[in-house]
Amino acid sequence: MPQRLVHRVGTIEADLLTEGDGQRLLFLHGAAGVPPWNKFFELLAAKFQVLLPQHPGFGTDQFASRIRNIADLAMYYLDYLDGMPGGTVHLVGHSLGGWVAAELATRNCSRLASLTLIAPAGLRVKGIASGDNFIWSPEELTRNLYHDQKLAEEVLSKPVTGEEADRQLTNRFMAARLAWEPRWFSPGLERWLHRIRVPSLLIWGNDDKLLPCAYAATWEQHIAGLKTRQITGCGHLPHIERAAETADCVLRFLDACT
Amino acid sequence: MKIACFHLMPYRPLDFEQRARHRSAWVVLPNRLYDPVKGADEYASYLDQLVYAEQLGFDIIAVNEHHQTAYGMMPAPNLIASALIQRTKQAKIAILGRALPLVSNPISIAEEFAMLDNLSRGRIITGFVRGIGTEYHATGINPVFSHERFHEAHDLIVAAWTRPGPFAFEGEHYNFRYVNLWPRPYQNPHPPIWIPSQGSSETIKWAADPERKYPFLVTFSAADLVARYLTLYREQAVKFGYECRGDQLGWAAPIYVADSDDRAKEEARAGIESLFNEYLANPWEMLLPPGYTSLSSMKNTMKLRKSLGSRMRNQTIEQLMESGTVVVGSPRTVREKIGIMRERTGLQILVAMLQFGVLNDELTRRNMELFASEVMPHLRD
Repeated sequence: MPQRLVHRVGTIEADLLTEGDGQRLLFLHGAAGVPPWNKFFELLAAKFQVLLPQHPGFGTDQFASRIRNIADLAMYYLDYLDGMPGGTVHLVGHSLGGWVAAELATRNCSRLASLTLIAPAGLRVKGIASGDNFIWSPEELTRNLYHDQKLAEEVLSKPVTGEEADRQLTNRFMAARLAWEPRWFSPGLERWLHRIRVPSLLIWGNDDKLLPCAYAATWEQHIAGLKTRQITGCGHLPHIERAAETADCVLRFLDACT
Repeated sequence: MKIACFHLMPYRPLDFEQRARHRSAWVVLPNRLYDPVKGADEYASYLDQLVYAEQLGFDIIAVNEHHQTAYGMMPAPNLIASALIQRTKQAKIAILGRALPLVSNPISIAEEFAMLDNLSRGRIITGFVRGIGTEYHATGINPVFSHERFHEAHDLIVAAWTRPGPFAFEGEHYNFRYVNLWPRPYQNPHPPIWIPSQGSSETIKWAADPERKYPFLVTFSAADLVARYLTLYREQAVKFGYECRGDQLGWAAPIYVADSDDRAKEEARAGIESLFNEYLANPWEMLLPPGYTSLSSMKNTMKLRKSLGSRMRNQTIEQLMESGTVVVGSPRTVREKIGIMRERTGLQILVAMLQFGVLNDELTRRNMELFASEVMPHLRD
């Protein structure tokens, strides 16, 4: 089981889950907030010191007003890295967290050992629309996040506590703050992706209805040496829907680059 | 009491079978369902109705703004206001309102209102709103910043109308080196600003502030809510140290009058039920995008959600009459209902929506005439 800590960046406090020893691996979560600590994290924590912080504005809106856009969140995590003892970290980001990771890495990769992007937001590919998660009903959203509809039905059949519903709503507000417009991308990001000069991996579910895996080609064009792994039979949440396979992908990549 | 004849200009020839296949009559309803020939007829009928309202003695004729919807065909209400200026002489023309946060340059709103005010020689009443939630899907504007943008755009527009230009405006969302309005508004210091709202204590406090004292209109709400919000405004004024006037308090509601209560109800039924159940009904995701309301009020709404269902629930005219959201009946009944609300709140502005949903031209005219002859005189002070 991971340890639950509170970390501080400047005057912002945030929850942090951590487990494992070894080189640090920082995971930046997606729009739905901190994911469950499942097989994916357990497998990574067997080899690395996994750090899973909650972004400011997620879980609680206490610090929401301090982060107005994705650039703010990228700068926040650069401050977070500056506050860590020396050495480099493996940076992994999913969806919105992948977008933050890419923004961070274009600004400064000096503290990064590698970059792994899982179904990242951040780029727009003309003619290939992203799904509209803000217009979908809660059921549509859940169904569209998974390839395997049995998994979606399991999620839908679980009762949601009042506390959990509040947390989901808080996260939805923060996701809208960061990603409503322009929807899920930064117009300037594509121009600067070439600045990412660390070993990089891209993982995408082939049945991602929120951010189509066809976007992978554009990422490949701009990041030198980017390796892409497509997970077949998988939706927008590879680290949840195909936890072991996705962890294996990441571990093989990290093994090769350390 | 000041009485307005208000129009939404719904697209009545809508194919309702097709409508039922889409989640909303807003934003996602394919515009192939709009027939321009029929639409042009609609505009002509509706303009005639508003011009007729002046002849019938209404003090104000009023229009409003909505986007990408069959609910109302006025994405640019100032165009309608401009046409009305040319066809009327006395009536005030109210634009209730323009949705400030949706534009990237609020100076254009200040300019257009100033032009209309000059063209009409001071007959313009402006309304400042945020638009309903669907508007943020239609325009892409981030609903999280809706309140910030509203307040900033408001400050900019009022400054543009009142401060000698050129001056610079430095905001979070809006930045202009030169604000220097040509033309300036005709009315001094500027056209009245009304705040139509479904009510929130923050908005009431802001509108009632002694610096503003903006008339507050509660729109399309149950009678108890109307009374509650108008009372809140009155109490807020007292907290600010002044007595609020009746002309700061308004109520906007669909109204239908016929010879008898039964006849009124049956003639109004299709119009009222289509307004609420076909044109206005939206899933919550469209009506309340994240950030459109505060997180705490959204949490409360979501707690009710299970009982409310996945979208606004269908309502019958009986239910809407019972709650006082609509006022339907014989002249006597309608006079009484409005009289009760006036006694409860002291309101002095009534915004009557006399065409609604699919209500046809003939019934609309009869409604307007009966309201003007049998109800309106009794509301005069």
